Amino acid sequence: MNNFHLSTDLKSHRITPTGLDFLAPDKNHTVNVDHSILLYVESLSVAFEGFQAINDLNLYITDGELRCIIGPNGAGKTTMMDIITGKTAPDSGIVYFGQTIDLLKLDEPAIAQAGVGRKFQKPTVFEHLSVWHNLELAMAQKRNFWSLLHAKMTPEQLANIDEVLVLIGLKDQARKLAGTLSHGQKQWLEIGALLMQRSRLLLVDEPVAGMTHQEMDKTAELLRSLAGKHSVIVVEHDMEFVRNLSDGGKTVSVLHQGSILAEGTMAEVQNDDRVKQVYLGE
Amino acid sequence: MINQWLVNCLSWGLGCLLLVLANLSQAGTFEVVEREQALIKAKFDQKAQIMASWYEADQVQAVHLMQLMLNSQLYYFKQDKRLYQVEDASSGAIAQRIHDGVLITLKKKRDIKRVSINNRLRSVFRQRVVETQLSAIKPQDRLAAAEAIIGDTTPELMATIARLRAQEVDASVLAAFDLVLAVATLHSSDEDQQRHSIRLLGESLYPASLNALTGFLLTYPESRLKPMVSKYVEKIKGKVDFYDSLETIYFGLSLGSVLVLAGIGLAITFGVMGVINMAHGELIMIGAYTTYLVQQLMPDHIGLSLLVAVPAAFLVSGAVGILIERGVIRFLYGRPLETLLATFGISLILQQAVRSIFSPLNRSVETPLWMTGVIDINPLLSLTQSRMYIIVFCLTIFLLLLAVMKRTRLGLQVRAVSQNRDMAKSMGVRSEWIDALTFGLGAGVAGVAGVALSQLTNVGPNMGQAYIIDSFMVVVFGGVGNLWGTLVAGLSLGVANKILEPWAGAVLSKVLVLVFIILFIQKRPRGLFPQRGRDAKG
Amino acid sequence: MIRLLNNDTGGRWLIGSLLLAIVLIPVLNALPTSSSLHFPTYSVTLLGKYLTLALLALSVDLVWGYLGILTLGHAAFFALGAYAMGMYLMRQIGDRGVYANAELSDFMVFLDWQELPWFWQGFDQFWVAILMVMLVPAVLAFAFGYLAFRSRVSGVYLSIITQAMTYALMLAFYRNEMGLGGNNGLTDFKDILGYSLQSDHTKMALFIASAVALIIGYLLCRFITNSRAGKVVVAIRDAEQRTRFMGYRVENIKLWVFVFSAMLAGMAGALYVPQVGIINPNEFSPLNSIEVLVWVAVGGRATLYGAAMGAILINYAKSYLTVELPEVWLFVLGGLFVFVTLVLPQGMAGLLKRKGTE
Repeated sequence: MNNFHLSTDLKSHRITPTGLDFLAPDKNHTVNVDHSILLYVESLSVAFEGFQAINDLNLYITDGELRCIIGPNGAGKTTMMDIITGKTAPDSGIVYFGQTIDLLKLDEPAIAQAGVGRKFQKPTVFEHLSVWHNLELAMAQKRNFWSLLHAKMTPEQLANIDEVLVLIGLKDQARKLAGTLSHGQKQWLEIGALLMQRSRLLLVDEPVAGMTHQEMDKTAELLRSLAGKHSVIVVEHDMEFVRNLSDGGKTVSVLHQGSILAEGTMAEVQNDDRVKQVYLGE
Repeated sequence: MINQWLVNCLSWGLGCLLLVLANLSQAGTFEVVEREQALIKAKFDQKAQIMASWYEADQVQAVHLMQLMLNSQLYYFKQDKRLYQVEDASSGAIAQRIHDGVLITLKKKRDIKRVSINNRLRSVFRQRVVETQLSAIKPQDRLAAAEAIIGDTTPELMATIARLRAQEVDASVLAAFDLVLAVATLHSSDEDQQRHSIRLLGESLYPASLNALTGFLLTYPESRLKPMVSKYVEKIKGKVDFYDSLETIYFGLSLGSVLVLAGIGLAITFGVMGVINMAHGELIMIGAYTTYLVQQLMPDHIGLSLLVAVPAAFLVSGAVGILIERGVIRFLYGRPLETLLATFGISLILQQAVRSIFSPLNRSVETPLWMTGVIDINPLLSLTQSRMYIIVFCLTIFLLLLAVMKRTRLGLQVRAVSQNRDMAKSMGVRSEWIDALTFGLGAGVAGVAGVALSQLTNVGPNMGQAYIIDSFMVVVFGGVGNLWGTLVAGLSLGVANKILEPWAGAVLSKVLVLVFIILFIQKRPRGLFPQRGRDAKG
Repeated sequence: MIRLLNNDTGGRWLIGSLLLAIVLIPVLNALPTSSSLHFPTYSVTLLGKYLTLALLALSVDLVWGYLGILTLGHAAFFALGAYAMGMYLMRQIGDRGVYANAELSDFMVFLDWQELPWFWQGFDQFWVAILMVMLVPAVLAFAFGYLAFRSRVSGVYLSIITQAMTYALMLAFYRNEMGLGGNNGLTDFKDILGYSLQSDHTKMALFIASAVALIIGYLLCRFITNSRAGKVVVAIRDAEQRTRFMGYRVENIKLWVFVFSAMLAGMAGALYVPQVGIINPNEFSPLNSIEVLVWVAVGGRATLYGAAMGAILINYAKSYLTVELPEVWLFVLGGLFVFVTLVLPQGMAGLLKRKGTE
C-alpha cells in the first residue's frame, strides 16, 4: 500500500507527499551508520597528467542529510562523483560508505548495489527502450542474468512505476521511446530512474539544467522530501535553486580547485571572503 | 717504271704478310679446336696431360675448364664437338660456348654429353685450381681460396700452403693459411703444437674450425686436451648462437619495418577519424600491383622502376583512399562499426576487381640489381642487401611522416582534429577536407608499403588479406595517435614473429603472437602508447 | 510458448512458414520426378543448409543486433560445432574408409599414426558428439569473453580481436599436427546414427531437424529478448556505462549471452556438416564470419526474424550467382555491405515495418 498523495494543485505542480515510502531505500542496502556518518571522504587526491583535479578533499555526509555542493567550473565536482561511484581511481585517500564498506575496493555495479545511486550531468537514458522500460530496469531488484530472464512484474512493482511516472510527469509518455523525449523530459526520466533504484545515497549532478522555474521548484521539493530516509548530495550551479534547496540550515559545501573552500549554511558561505573572491574574481 | 715495280712489291709483301698473319690466327683457332677435341676424345689418364699442357698455354682458361669439370658443368655438343658450359642440362637450357661465349639454346638433352672426370682427376684438378687461386694476384681471392679449404685439404695442398706461407704478405691471408695448417697439426704428437692449433681454431669463426675440433673429440676421446677443446667448442657454439640470433633479429626488423609501414596508414586513419578501414590490405595490394605495372611499362629500366613505383603507388593508393572516403566513409561518421562493415564490402569489391582485371594468379615483381647482393660481416653472419634497403626505406618513410605530422600545417590540423574535432572546427580548420586528406595520406602510405612488400612476397589479389590482420595487430598493440607507438609495435611484432618461427613454425608463431596480443589487450586496452585527450578513441 | 510471439509478426510468419515447410516439403518430395511440383532432394538439402545458416544468423543477431558487439569471428563457434559432429561422423565410417582401418580414419593412417589421439576418444558415441557440439564453442566463448569483457575491451578493438581469434583458429586447424585432418578437413562421411547419409530419407530427416532447430532456437532467442534480461541487453548496447552505474554486472550479462549464442552457432554447425558432407579449416576464415553480418544487416538487425530471412535470401542468391555468374558474386556481396550500411541500416525488416505503419 502506498502512502503517497499528489496535491490537486496541478497548476503549481506542487508535490506534497505524505511520504515517498515506497521509494525508501531497499532493505538490501544495509549500511553501518553507528556513528551516523553515511559517507566518509578523507584526504582524497587525484591528478590527471599533471593537473591536480582533487586536492586533499574531505567531505562527511550525515545519514539522512541533504548536502549541496557548489563551485566554479573545473572545481572537481564531477570528478569527485566519479571517484565515489567507482569510475575513476584516486591517487590517494579513502572513501567509506558507512563504517565498513570501502568504496575504493568496489567497481561501479558493486557500488550501485551497495546503495549509491547517481544522476548524471548529461541525461543518459536508454534511447531505444520505452520510458516505462527505462524505469523497469532502474527498479531495485536482483540483477543477475538468471533472475532477469525469469523476472515477472508484480502488481506492487507495477503500481510503483506508475506512481513514479506521475511524479515525474511522464505518465502519458510511458510507451514512447526514451530517445524521442525532450531534454527536460529526459532529465525527469533520469530522476525517476534514480528514484526507482531506491538508493541509500543519491548523487545528483546538476539536475535542473534546462528546466523551467516551475520544474525547478518541483525538483527542489522532491529532493527535500527524499532527505531523511535517503541521503542526498546535490551538485548545482544555479544559486537560486541551491538557496531554495538548502533552506532551513542545510549545509552547503563550496568546492574550489579540488578541495573544500568553505562549508556552512548558504548565508554563511555567501558571506565568506574566500568564496566571494573565488566567485567574483579579484 | 721503278715506282710501278715498287708498288707491286709492296702490295705483294703486304698481301703475303696478311696471309701469314691470317694463317697464324687460324692456326691459333685451329689449335684450340684441336685441343678441345682432344680433351673430348681423351681417356681419363690422358685428360690430365692435356689439361697440364693447356695450363702452360693458357692458365686462366685451363683453370676455368678444370673448375667446370669439377662442378660437372662442362659439356660438348655432339654435333660440332666444341666445348660448352651448361649449368642445367635440360631442354630449353642455355649453353655457352667456351671459346667465344656464343649462347645456344639446348633443344634436346641428348644433343650434349658431359666431359666427365674420375676421382684421381678430381684431386689433380682440384690441386691445380686451388694452387692457382692461392697464388692469385688479389689478396681477397687468395683469402677466399684459403677459407674454402680449411678442414678440407690433401697432403699436397698442405705442402703448397706451407710453401706459399713463407712468401705471403697479407695478414688476413696468412691467418687463413695458419688455420688450414692448424687442422693438420691438431693431430701432431707435439702437445704444444696441438694446443697452439686448438687455440687458433677455437678463436676463429669458421664452421670448418668447429668441425675440426668436434672431430678431434670423437677421434681422441681420452686425450688430455679434451677439456681445452671442449671449452673452445662451447665458445664457438656460443658465437654461432649469438650470430644466429643477430640474423633472426635482422630478419625480424625487416619484416617489422614492413609491418610498421602497413600499420601506420591504419593508425593515422583510426587516430584521426576513428575509422577502421577493412580495405586497408587492398590499398597495400594496389601499391604492390602499381609496382608490377611500373615494371611492365619500363622493362629495360628495372633499376629505376622502384624509384618510380614509390611515388606512383602513393598517388594511386592515395587516390583510391580519397575516393573511398568521399564516397562512403564520409556518410558514416560517428558509426565506427558501420564503417568497418562498409569498408569490408569495399575490400571485397577491390579484390574482385583486381582479380578480374589482372588475373587470380600471382604476379612476379623483380628485384632490381642494385638491391641484390649479400653483405658478409663474418663467416657466421651474412646480411641480404634487399632487406637492408627495406629497413632503411621504411624508417625513412616513417621519419618523413613524422615530419609531416609535426612540422607541417597539415599535420597540425590533423592532430587538432584528432584530439578535439569541434574545437578545431571552431578555429577554422575545415575538418571534412582534413578527413579526406588524412585518409588519402594513410592510404598512400599503405600503397608505399605495398611497394616494399612486393620485394618480399608474392603479389596477388589476396595479399591484402594476409596483412590486414597484422596491420590491426600493430595498431592495437601500439596504440593510436602516436606514430612512435606504431614503430615500436611493428618492429617488435616482426622480431617476435621471427624469433618464434624456428621454434614453433611459421603458422604456430603467428598464432602465438595473436594470442599474446589478445591477452595484452586485456591489460592495456588502449595499447602501448594510448591517445590522450577527451576525445581520445579507445 | 505462443505468447512469446504476441508482438512478433515477423516471428509468426517465420515459424509459420517453417512449420508449413516441414509438412509440405516431404509431400512434394514424394511426388514423382515427372510432376512439375516435385521438390528434388537436392533442393531439400540446399534448403536445410540455408536453415542452419539462418540459425547461425540468429546467434549473431543476438550478440550484435541486441547486445551491440560486432563479432567478426562467430563462424569459429559454428566451425567448432561442425568439427565436433564431423569427428563423430568420421568415427562412424569405421572400416569402410580407403585404408579400411576400423579405429583410425584415412588421414590418420596416411600420417602414419598408430593410435587414436586422446581427444578423439568417445566420439563414436552420438551423445558425446552432441555434448561437445555445445560444450566446445561454449568453453571458447567463455574463456574469450571472460578475458575480453572483464577488461572492458569494447567497440572496434573488441571486434578486431574476435577476428584475430578466428584467424588464429583457422591457422591452427590447417596444421596436420592438430589431428583434425589438416587443410583437407574431415569428409567422406558414410552415415549418421546408422542411417546412410546418401539416402533420401536421411536427407529429409536432416532438413526437418534443421527446421525444428531453427524454430526452437528462434523461440529461445525470443524468450531472452522479451524478458527483462533482454531489456538489460539492449541497455548495455545503448549505454553500457549507465547500465553499470545502475548496478548491473555488465560483464556477466555479456558473457551469458555470448556463451549462449556460441552454443547456438555450434548447433547450427553440427546440423550443417552432415548436409554438406565436409568440414575444413576454411570454415574459420574471417570472411565467413563477416558474411554472416551482411545477412543480419540486410535482413534487419535486432529483429531475429530479419536475420533468418536475410540468411536464407542471401545464401540463395549466392548459390545462384556462384554458379551462373561467379565473377559477379563478390562484387554483389561487397556492394551489399556498402549498400546496407549507407542506405538501409534497418534492413529489409525496417522496410517492412515502414510499409506496415503506412
